[in-house]
Amino acid sequence: MSEEPRPYTLVAELTYRCPLRCPYCSNPTDYPRHAEALGTDDWLRIFAEAEALGVVQLNLTGGEPLLRDDLEPLVEGARRLDLYTNLITSGIPLSRERLAGFRALGLDNVQVSIQDVSAAASDRIAGVRAFDRKLQVARWVKELGFPLTLNVVLHRQNLDRVAEVIALAESLGADRLELANTQYLGWALVNRRSLLPTRAQLDAAREVARAARRRLQGRMEVLFVTPDYYAEVPKACMDGWGRRFLVVAPDGLVLPCHAAHTLPGLTFDSARSRSLADIWRDSAAFGAFRGEAWMPEPCRSCDRRAIDFGGCRCQAFHLTGDARATDPACSLAPAHHLIEAARADAAEPTETITYRMARPAERV
Amino acid sequence: MSSLTTESRPALAAKARLRWDRQASRYLLLYPERGLVLNETAADVVQLCTGELTVGAIVERLVAKYASKERETVEREILGFLDQMAERGLIRSGDE
Repeated sequence: MSEEPRPYTLVAELTYRCPLRCPYCSNPTDYPRHAEALGTDDWLRIFAEAEALGVVQLNLTGGEPLLRDDLEPLVEGARRLDLYTNLITSGIPLSRERLAGFRALGLDNVQVSIQDVSAAASDRIAGVRAFDRKLQVARWVKELGFPLTLNVVLHRQNLDRVAEVIALAESLGADRLELANTQYLGWALVNRRSLLPTRAQLDAAREVARAARRRLQGRMEVLFVTPDYYAEVPKACMDGWGRRFLVVAPDGLVLPCHAAHTLPGLTFDSARSRSLADIWRDSAAFGAFRGEAWMPEPCRSCDRRAIDFGGCRCQAFHLTGDARATDPACSLAPAHHLIEAARADAAEPTETITYRMARPAERV
Repeated sequence: MSSLTTESRPALAAKARLRWDRQASRYLLLYPERGLVLNETAADVVQLCTGELTVGAIVERLVAKYASKERETVEREILGFLDQMAERGLIRSGDE
């Protein structure tokens, strides 16, 4: 595979609106300030430009993409471009009839999130009553012949129930189960004290997932995403900055990751004023952390620099104030003590959670 | 998990879709969040995984296409490839 940067995946964040209020939402904490600026024709042009650049995978996400009433023409347009299209959804609000329509239009995969294995626990995290409805949607997905991905974000409050999560995924006939530990950015960073698990919890859950992966091989893909807070090496965030992924946010900004616009000092272009090809190849923001020239020590001389690409720029900034710093998740990072302190705090968690919400001053 | 045999009628899994990658002139097998680069032979095999042809019939067709290879070699390679694909959940053996 060529090492030239090439976007394979377009993450289309169609809206930041969502009926759920999960306390680990990956949308920016000031999401109401980002106006929804892209219409149907804008998105269709973005899909075509992305495909011409090399994109073959399209994630339709948000917020909740079902809140866009033009999702049908978007799915249809994506299929025309032969993009492998994955609808990433809470399942709220959706009728069986609308879902069947997406099937007819050529949608490839549906990813439904649940927050836990019981209505009480799941709805507590979602901040709304949604669990029973979500299970219904997951069943429709299979009945209509779609492949089903079940996604569960893991944290200290549900990590002890991974075995039950796997059993539920099996009973739903899921083709793929994403056990995705929370990434502590945005809302999740606000709620870190109540979400970060202990190492013992994590180790036990990982073992359960490993056994299930072996048992279910060929039937259900079981993915377990380790939280970088316990990994000692940083994650290869987005497979490297501006290397494989393009994200387009609801306000039209073209980003290397869904949180890049929270970094200071970078100017991101809008898909409405500049072509994706131009932005991908020539924009200063996409070039900012490409390659190795930007790296400080210990990254610059590290054996792993072409494996993890220095980790996550957003995590570096939000924990240290410097987007160029080595990701503190790395045990060699000068700021690694920040991660160790957070782990120590996990022994004394708080129970309160701050739900995703528009602060009054930021309401639009 | 049991292996495929020459009697199996393999089919592409519902989650997988073959696509020509015109940028790199090769086939990609796409599935959720992932893609596999297929070489020419692998792409030929996948295109014949319709759920109707047996592995034996797929072997026959590809022996004819790749005249330089012995039948036994082709059969061994195809079965090995299909087993790998089944382990990844990308091919259904049709045996169950």
